[in-house]
Formats: sequence, structure tokens, C-alpha cells
Amino acid sequence: MKWKLDKKDLRSFLQGLIEKVDLYAPVKLSEGVFSYKKIEQAEEVDLTHPNPQKPVKDLFFPQSEVMFRYEKVGKEHQVVSAEGVKKERVVLGARPCDVQAISILDELFLGRDTIDEFYSQKRKATTIICLGCNQPRSTCFCSSMSGGPFIRTGSDLFLIDLGEAYGVECLSEKGKAFLGNKFLKEADGNDSKRAKELEEKATQKVNLSTPRPEGRGLLKVHPEPHAFTPSLKTGLRAPERVNSFLPIENIEKKLDPIIESPFWDRLHEKCVGCGVCTLLCPTCHCFDIVDEALNNRGQRVRNWDSCLFPLYSLETSGHNPRPTGRERTRQRIMHKFNYYPKIFNRIACVGCGRCVAYCPVNFDIRQAIKDIQDY
Amino acid sequence: MLQQKIRETAKELLAKKAVDLVIGFAEGTLPLRATPIFARTPEEADRLIWNSFCENNLATYLRKFSKFRVGLVVKGCDARSVTALSLEKRFQPGQIVLIGVPCQRMVDRRKIQKAVKGEILQAREDGDFIVVKGEQFEVSLKRDDFLYQSCMACIHRTPVKADRLVGDPVEEFAFEEANHEIKEFEKMSPEERWRFFEKETSRCIRCYACREACPMCFCAECFVDSSSPKWLEKGLTSSDLQFYHVIRAYHQTGRCSECGACERACPMEIRLTYLTGKLNQDVKELYGFETGIDPEAPPPLSTFGTEDWQEFIK
Repeated sequence: MKWKLDKKDLRSFLQGLIEKVDLYAPVKLSEGVFSYKKIEQAEEVDLTHPNPQKPVKDLFFPQSEVMFRYEKVGKEHQVVSAEGVKKERVVLGARPCDVQAISILDELFLGRDTIDEFYSQKRKATTIICLGCNQPRSTCFCSSMSGGPFIRTGSDLFLIDLGEAYGVECLSEKGKAFLGNKFLKEADGNDSKRAKELEEKATQKVNLSTPRPEGRGLLKVHPEPHAFTPSLKTGLRAPERVNSFLPIENIEKKLDPIIESPFWDRLHEKCVGCGVCTLLCPTCHCFDIVDEALNNRGQRVRNWDSCLFPLYSLETSGHNPRPTGRERTRQRIMHKFNYYPKIFNRIACVGCGRCVAYCPVNFDIRQAIKDIQDY
Repeated sequence: MLQQKIRETAKELLAKKAVDLVIGFAEGTLPLRATPIFARTPEEADRLIWNSFCENNLATYLRKFSKFRVGLVVKGCDARSVTALSLEKRFQPGQIVLIGVPCQRMVDRRKIQKAVKGEILQAREDGDFIVVKGEQFEVSLKRDDFLYQSCMACIHRTPVKADRLVGDPVEEFAFEEANHEIKEFEKMSPEERWRFFEKETSRCIRCYACREACPMCFCAECFVDSSSPKWLEKGLTSSDLQFYHVIRAYHQTGRCSECGACERACPMEIRLTYLTGKLNQDVKELYGFETGIDPEAPPPLSTFGTEDWQEFIK
């Protein structure tokens, strides 16, 4: 780490950016609710929250995006492409898990055979300034998914919150373009030492707090509440802090033979079939293309979709090959832990913990992973 | 103890095969959370729990288990939903066995998290207090200060109708602050109301957690999913978001038991119950009707009488 940015200079640094590029960063929508937004004023930026509800993928693959517009004028048909990206973009404050997720989406949208123009344009025009996680949450399991609270992969610049200043690492070519920025000062030995300590502490924390669930959630009866649940009955029992990762190795192989297993009959039971986990997931990327048309004009729009919605797989004939929650939950798990690894050699989960934290019925994917491995 | 009685009742029902499964609450994997459990054997029923975090309305699972005989753990509000569903003929008589729990009012986990600095890692109940612990802190918070809005207003905590009531009926009263969100809404001018509604709905991500958490949203095809006719688009245009929320609320008129499950499910913390609450209040004033209290009285908006006031239809 050679550089630092004093927090008292942050406002001016951001204002300088806003003048030159389109800046995106987390803003507070209401108490406890955050979102990445295009920044007009430096004061809007709020880097205090660990991860906004919606992941950073929304900036590259927006939830709703117009592809082109069309109109019939007399006997003529006019088709106009959606406006492309005109300005350089900077994303500030994305967390390492979300940045990892972008590299997973790159495999698909910037694939060997097909390149998605909408995604590609935004990706090329964007510099990612990642912020390390000093305080990983108890729901974070990035280190089990080949990530970590200070993993730099995919980041152009990397920030470390040192308290009074951010430590700055310029990693890629795009990142090195910031080297001349007048607000970047040289960091001294103490800053580097502090950064290293923070990194070690956070990495250790996420490694330790990644729970080791014991037994099977739904399929086996627990005489005792399982290990990582702070028991309400027995008082403040510390969750087991063991140096352990989620058992993720070879999960795709484990899933192959159980596709028709009764395992899924029980796993999906509590899922109510909403789209919280998939829409807030930084790697989920299913979409639906619709025409929004009225009279002689319309537009073709691409919207996020969710495999947990019945409509997702409903065919025109009325037949639905995934008729119940059983098949739909299975699809969610299979896509992340079997199909994606088979095609791209990567698990489509970064361990950000959003699906764990926001599920209305506490469906915990960490428990599901353990259940699969134990089955 | 309620928890013990719930377990005993569930075990008994399962042992004598009076039901195929019992749906209740088990320990969650996160502090301040319980999670639904589907117990099929008396042994599995040993995982049933009861505490102030049993926030879900489990009646929403009845549509998923429509072919089974279900023992259902219900609070006052959940039992009202079941009565309302019964009036709408959603199951056969005798198919559902209600294990009624007189409710202590549920605790709002998000309110608690916001009251402390740092992540809550452990929590437990201690009499009238919730003790929460994080890396740098341990605090006791007064339970009554952190109740869900819908719970504060509740005057039907003891299930009105239950096949097995596992505890003594509790005293029914609403807290002073009850319904203050409806009162505040009523105080606003139409423009202010619209701005408030607009601001709340603007955060919607169309995950439909509010719909799925609600027992009364059982339509085989929701109006948002209909493609012919297409009532609204699927993007994030403000008019589409607003349309969804207006219709969702209206479809609940005189059917909503004010359990608050919709608002608790929303990951974007959109306020929803002021709308359904206001509509319920109107139904009560206009028709003297409350959802799920009288098992014989159909919801006023889905019935008619020859003596009905007809002037508004021209």
C-alpha cells in the first residue's frame, strides 16, 4: 500500500470525480436501507454500511433496462437502439464479495462465444473502487467461496478504512490512472502496518465465524439446537467459533446423483417462493425480455427474473416443468452449485450472506450446503 | 410453559395420526429469528419452540400443503387469517387443527438491531427484557419498547378460534401508541399522503415477499403475473410500483388480519401496514366487520344483500 486518502479530503476527491465521470456509490434510502445510486453531490455517499441490499451487479446488469425502442409512423417502422454508455463511470465502495460476483458474471456476459453488448459497454467504461471489509458480518461466508474480506481480484483500486484515512492501492491500469490525483498522499510505514493488521483481523474473523453447522437441518431431529444458533432457551451460549469453512468441495459432484432425490421434498418446505434471495443475489443473472407496447410505439425491456417465481418456467401451453417449490428451490441450488461450476468452473455464490440475512423465513443456504454434503 | 404445551399437543396429534404434519416454529440460524418447521413425527415435534421472535404467519403455508391434514401453530392474528381462509373455502372442514397460542406480541428484530451499535450476535429473552450481545457490547432492552407496530395495536392476541388452546387467554388491550401510523397518515393532506406513498413504494424491488408472506394472497395467478390482459409492466417504473402496491392493499380490504407479515418480509423495509390498516379501519366503521372474528360472517366486500345501498351505481 503506497497511497492514502485523508477522510477530510474525501468530499473534494469525490466532487472532483463527479465533475469528470458518472460516479456510483451507496446512498442511504431510509434507516437501514441502502442502494447504489448515481451521485450528484458528494455528501450523498454513505460508506458506513457493509453492503447495500441490492448488489453492485445492478450497475452493470440493471434490474430493468431498455434494449431498444420502436414506433410505427404511417407505414414505416422505426427502431432506435437504447442509448449506450457515453461517459466513463466509477463505482465506489463496492465490497470484495460483490466485485468477485462481477467476475463471475463476466464469465457469462463476456463469454467466449457471446458477448452481451449492454453489459460489456458498462463494464468497459467502469473503474471499480473496492472497499475492504474491516467488520465482516456473522452472515458472511466469503472465505468459504474462495473470496475474503480483503480479496482484491477484480478491483481497479482498493481502499482500506484506516480510521482517519483510506489506504489506497492502485491495482489495474484503470486504477493506475488515479496515481496523479492530487488528493492521494504517500502512505507511511505505520499506515501499511495498520492496514495489514486490519486485513488479518477481518480475515481471521470471517474464517472463524463461518459457522460449522452440525447435523442436518430438516432431515434429522436435533436434541439440541444446532451448533451455530445462539440458543434462546439455554441463554447466551457462544456460537461455536471454530476454524472451519463451509464444506463446499466437490459439491457439484454430490448434487449430480440426487437430482430426483426426496431430499428436495423437505429442503424447499419453508421457502414461500418470493424472490428476495435471487433478486438480492450478486451472482443471480436470470432475466426476462418483454415488450412494453401501446398503440403504435413500444420498447423492448430486459428485467431481472427469479427461478423461484412460478411464471419463470411457465410455458405457453400452460404446462410448467417446475410446477412446485420443490423443483424451483432445486433449480436455485443446482444453478449455483452444479450447473455453473460445470460450465464455468466456478461456484455461482460469493458468500455475501444477503440471502441469509433477508430471507423472510430464515432459509439459510449455509445449512442447505451442509445438508447436501451430509445427504 | 407455552413451548412445552405446543410440543405436547403436536406430539399427541402426530402420534395418533390426527394430522399429517404440524407447522410451527423452530430455532432460527440467526439471533432474533425463529424459522418455520414442518414436523412429521413426534420426535421432530421436539424442535418446536415458542418465543417473541415467532413473527411469521404460518397460515401462508396452507396453500402449499392444501392436500394434507395440517396442525398449525397460530397466534391470534394467524388464527383470524385461517378463519378468513375458511370463509373463502380454501380447505375442507376438519383439515386444519389449530394449535392456538395466546400471544405475548412479537418483537421487531430490525428495531432492536437499530437500537444498538454493532452487529447483534446473540440474543435471549429474560422476562420483560431482550438481552442482546455483540462483540463489544451486551445490553438489556425493554421488550415492550421494541414490538412490531401491528402487534401494539392488537386486541385479538388470544386466538378467537382454536382447536387446542395451549395457554390461558391473555388480557386484550391495545397500547397507547397503537394505530399511530394510521392516525399520522390520516392527518396528512392528500398531497402529503401521495408523497409518503411514493417514497415508500420507490424502494420496491418487486420480489413479492409481501405477497408470498401473506396467507390471503393465494390467487393461482396474481394480477401482476397475468399477461393477458397485462395489467402492468414488470420493470421499476414508479407507476407500476405504485399500481402494484395500491392493488395489493385493496385486495386485502376486509380480508387482512393485520398480522404484519407483509411488512416483516420486505427486505427494503417498505411500510405497508398503514395502508391495509387504514382500509381495515374503514371496513370496521362502514360495516362493523373485523376479519376472522365471526366464522360465519363473510367479508363485506365479497357479499351483497338486496337491501344494500345502491345509489353509487349509476
